[in-house]
Amino acid sequence: MAVDAPARPPDGEPPVLEETAEVDTPGLEREAERAKARQGFLLGLPTIVYLLVFFVVPLGFVVAYSFATRTRSGRTELRDFNLDAYARLGDDIIMTVAWRSLWMAVVATLICLVLAYPLAYYISTRSPTVRNLMLVGVMIPFWSNFLIRTYAWRVLLDSDGLVTQAFEFIGVGDGRILFTSNAVILGLVYGYLPFMVLPLYAAIERIDWNLVEGARDLYASGWSAFRRVVWPLSRPGVIAGSILVFVPSFGAYVTPAILGGNKEGLLGSYIVLQFLSARNGPVGSAVSVVVLVVMLVATLVYFRTGGKNL
Amino acid sequence: MSKGVAKSTAEPQGASRWLLRGHSAAVFAFFYAPIVVLCIFSFNDSNAVGNWNGFTLGWYEELFGNDNIQSSIWVSVKVCVASTVISVVLGTAGALALERFRWWGQKAFDAVLYLPIIIPDVTMAVMMLVFFNETASWFNVIPGINLQNGLEKLVFSHVAFNISFVSVVVRARLANLDASMEEAAADLYANRWQAFRRVTLPQIMPGVIGGALLAVTISLDDVVVSSFVAAVGGTPLSVYVFGMLRKGVSPLVNSVSVVMLVASMALVLASLVISRATGSGREER
Repeated sequence: MAVDAPARPPDGEPPVLEETAEVDTPGLEREAERAKARQGFLLGLPTIVYLLVFFVVPLGFVVAYSFATRTRSGRTELRDFNLDAYARLGDDIIMTVAWRSLWMAVVATLICLVLAYPLAYYISTRSPTVRNLMLVGVMIPFWSNFLIRTYAWRVLLDSDGLVTQAFEFIGVGDGRILFTSNAVILGLVYGYLPFMVLPLYAAIERIDWNLVEGARDLYASGWSAFRRVVWPLSRPGVIAGSILVFVPSFGAYVTPAILGGNKEGLLGSYIVLQFLSARNGPVGSAVSVVVLVVMLVATLVYFRTGGKNL
Repeated sequence: MSKGVAKSTAEPQGASRWLLRGHSAAVFAFFYAPIVVLCIFSFNDSNAVGNWNGFTLGWYEELFGNDNIQSSIWVSVKVCVASTVISVVLGTAGALALERFRWWGQKAFDAVLYLPIIIPDVTMAVMMLVFFNETASWFNVIPGINLQNGLEKLVFSHVAFNISFVSVVVRARLANLDASMEEAAADLYANRWQAFRRVTLPQIMPGVIGGALLAVTISLDDVVVSSFVAAVGGTPLSVYVFGMLRKGVSPLVNSVSVVMLVASMALVLASLVISRATGSGREER
């Protein structure tokens, strides 16, 4: 490409002949830069078009649906735009589901944090070989089929499953937690725990242990060295992990469907219900939009707190 | 970082040390126990899910004799291959455009490219459902595309979320590479395509393969989006299994699950082996 040849200098070192070329390079440079920008745009164009058609436009449709009118037959028609669907968000039934989702997502996130932090700490203080092996050990469930992993708990929690039998054997009351909110929380924790371990590991692994040693030299106890040095330094990992667990838990659909029966539905289940059974497109879309906004806010917090570096 | 010196400070002393060790072992047990139990019970010669009643391979025989499962496996494979190929090409092009060039509108593209990763499954599923409902008639005008059988819809929607995953992985790789190699190639009169094929592509290959494996896994795992867009009789395996699970538990599901687990674990191990092989290969050179 002929235009491209003069484009080399801007990126590299200033060429020696700068003084002689001073008069005409600015124009050439600008033209070359523009050519490069055009190439970059053309290279990205198919992807841009694809995402516009199959992501941005669908998103637009959902937003439009949330303001649309539902006919008596259950069809959603894109006319007479109104706020009815959003007004329905305050209904008791939706609020109940929303609070339940929020509560379960928060509880699942906290349990994940409690389970994952010591593990991440332990992994990051191992020798490199052991550390890598343990990381693979965390990665395998992380990559394995989510549906199947959730279903595995159904086998364990079944009325004559191993966990139930164990509970009865020890005699600590009724072990039948399948189709309760506890089972859903258990499923969420199990499903998303690796999302908490990995960013925590990334954060703790980077801590300069000399700082801890310094604290200890200055007569900090093990606990206060942890509380004042390790914990603050690992906080980006805590925030990242919490968001990575909270966001999918909040909109969960598969876990409550398998472990919660029909009565412990979360917002995700509610949206599915609106579309597939109740045939109420506007309300389903409005709830989707709300979930999307919650998730976007959480993600912005994530990036603001330096999550991108993890 | 001198880890060796400070190791003693990182390691708690006394009882808490054993507590930490025990806790880690317990979490790993928590990770793997359900999977192991599921595998064991897939060989259980009983109609009840929980009671062990002797060893059998019967559920696997039933699995391989079941036409519905066979055809849904084929749907999964077709959708997975098609969507992975398309999303690898588009995702890699997108990653290159973002990392190697500066152009107008780049920031907006960057933001949109992240969205499919962080959007909840259900929202994505609803988007696709609504979109195809509204636009099916327009698509059917295009020759060769028939949205009725659902296969195209599955591929289109899987590509929509996989592009982002591929491009994130490829970008991570590109960001660590020096652009000066490509410039050197250009200085030696390689045209853009030659520079890409001979210099850039071999360097980003681990990222491309990693992205492809991620796309394969996500495509095979997806339940929610697929169950919204799949046509009756054309469901991928994950959706079919999800349907089975909701109807009631039969031990047949266990054997299907084990096959799916083995497939996804094989993919993880393959990606680890490949990344290690290419990674160390690079260091030796």
